[in-house]
Amino acid sequence: MDTIYIIITGSLVAISCGLLGCYLILRKMAMVGDAISHAVLPGIVIAFLLSGSRDSAFMLLGAGILGIFTTFLIEFFHTKGNLQTDASIGVTFTWLFALGVILISVFAGEVDLDQDCVLYGEIAYVPIDLWILDDGTIMGPRVLYIMGVVFCVILAFIMLAYKELYITTFDPSFAVAMGVSTTLWHYMLMGAVSLTTVASFESVGAILVVAFLIAPPATAYLLTEDFKKMLWITAFIGVLTAIGGYYLAVWLDGSIAGAMSVVAGLLFALAFLFSPQDGIITKKFKQMKPPVLETDQSIAEMIS
Amino acid sequence: MIRQVNDPVLELHDLTVTYNKKPVLWGVDLSLPKGALVGIMGPNGAGKSTLIKAAMGLVPLSSGFVKIFDQELDAVRKKISYVPQRESVDWDFPASVMDVVLMGRYGKVGMFKGLRKADREIAHDCLKKVSMENFAQRQISQLSGGQQQRVFLARALAQEADLYFMDEPFAGVDAATERAIITLLKEMSAQGKTVIVVHHDLQSATRYFDWAVLLNLRLVASGPAEEVITTPLLQETYGGKLTLLSEVGNLMQKEQYPTREN
Repeated sequence: MDTIYIIITGSLVAISCGLLGCYLILRKMAMVGDAISHAVLPGIVIAFLLSGSRDSAFMLLGAGILGIFTTFLIEFFHTKGNLQTDASIGVTFTWLFALGVILISVFAGEVDLDQDCVLYGEIAYVPIDLWILDDGTIMGPRVLYIMGVVFCVILAFIMLAYKELYITTFDPSFAVAMGVSTTLWHYMLMGAVSLTTVASFESVGAILVVAFLIAPPATAYLLTEDFKKMLWITAFIGVLTAIGGYYLAVWLDGSIAGAMSVVAGLLFALAFLFSPQDGIITKKFKQMKPPVLETDQSIAEMIS
Repeated sequence: MIRQVNDPVLELHDLTVTYNKKPVLWGVDLSLPKGALVGIMGPNGAGKSTLIKAAMGLVPLSSGFVKIFDQELDAVRKKISYVPQRESVDWDFPASVMDVVLMGRYGKVGMFKGLRKADREIAHDCLKKVSMENFAQRQISQLSGGQQQRVFLARALAQEADLYFMDEPFAGVDAATERAIITLLKEMSAQGKTVIVVHHDLQSATRYFDWAVLLNLRLVASGPAEEVITTPLLQETYGGKLTLLSEVGNLMQKEQYPTREN
């Protein structure tokens, strides 16, 4: 049962992050996810200090506010300060994260938090951290519920706003001319990324969140030129990553989050080498042996 | 020579736009007649693109106002259409030709609703008008420059608007595409639609447009093309580049000179 819980949680995180990541990489802002996942740290600490509890609701709220604040700052430095987006991201999240680290060290005695748990998380604890009702009924892993809700929210968001997200990503000025607010959808998307990042990193850690945000969409991008297929492939790769990562970790007796990130990276490498259109090795074979059938065969031989 | 018209489709009043406190458009008072095929011309950096962007509310105004069909911009968004510069988007984006043309229908469909079969039919018809119907399922990354421009045009047609803004639709396209586009624009104009085109090729201007706007930070001239495209007004617009201008003037008189290299 524990295995199932961990794999389902991992898959929910992977799909939620991956779907949003598709938009992020096409908007050339993949590292925003990285920024948010780090910059929310002071929000979590402040929420903890104010509420005095480790209640998820407060943590999510604090982190969520900081997440939106981060995207606002990035945008602000970029537009008002004429700073490049990547520089703006780098400046913003490093000082916010550092602020969080200082807050933790200053209030070390009072805060039951450390950087390790924030950065690396621990998906292995998912089955232990149960949601127990007041009358003692055990409802199952708490994180599973949180991620289930987040997953539904993200799915609904992308299905309802598919057109708006698609057009503001592809051609923002055309969207504005049509009356679709790019600013609104930018912050809606960033809000969704904040929510997902914050909800996910408690269980799987910031690094795995970043891996899930970027690696599966980047892999899917290499495999297809159709955006809807890209979303589906991303979700599929996300689930594959969660399952593969779990068993790799069991086999190695190592960190699950780490193993999942490694699998995500491996799948990307495979796509990079063997993607039907852009794969490096595929292209080599196409150059050497023009007939398509032979190329496919030789690749199949290489894989096996 | 700035001629104002009665009952204009587009009216700009005292329009000033600045980037970083440096003006790029200064005090433009412009009105354009319905059904005209308008060419906006001027040297590089004269504010041609900025003018149409300002008219559509894509850049903030430092002063002045815009009226389209005698109404506020937001009230008439569904009646206007925009063809951005081809380089403004990433053509490696995962989208098919059909996906892009369907974007033209988004405004009509409205928020949170899906596209209907009728929208696909309209998009297909628009692809036909630019002779791209056989490319509907093609990925946009595989198109040539001229084909990209046709796709953008088809997307604008799919908006079924009354006023079209086009930013350099002839830039970097092949001669066949240029002919196809100008034929289409003239048809649209004949149907009473107003088409405003940012253009940089002076030699073709009198043949293409029936209304010309000369711009260089300020509005230099606006009026019927044959009255506006004259040597003194061109000199006023293009300023110091006199030698270039006299060459252009000679070319215009002769007309039979090839106007482009490809």
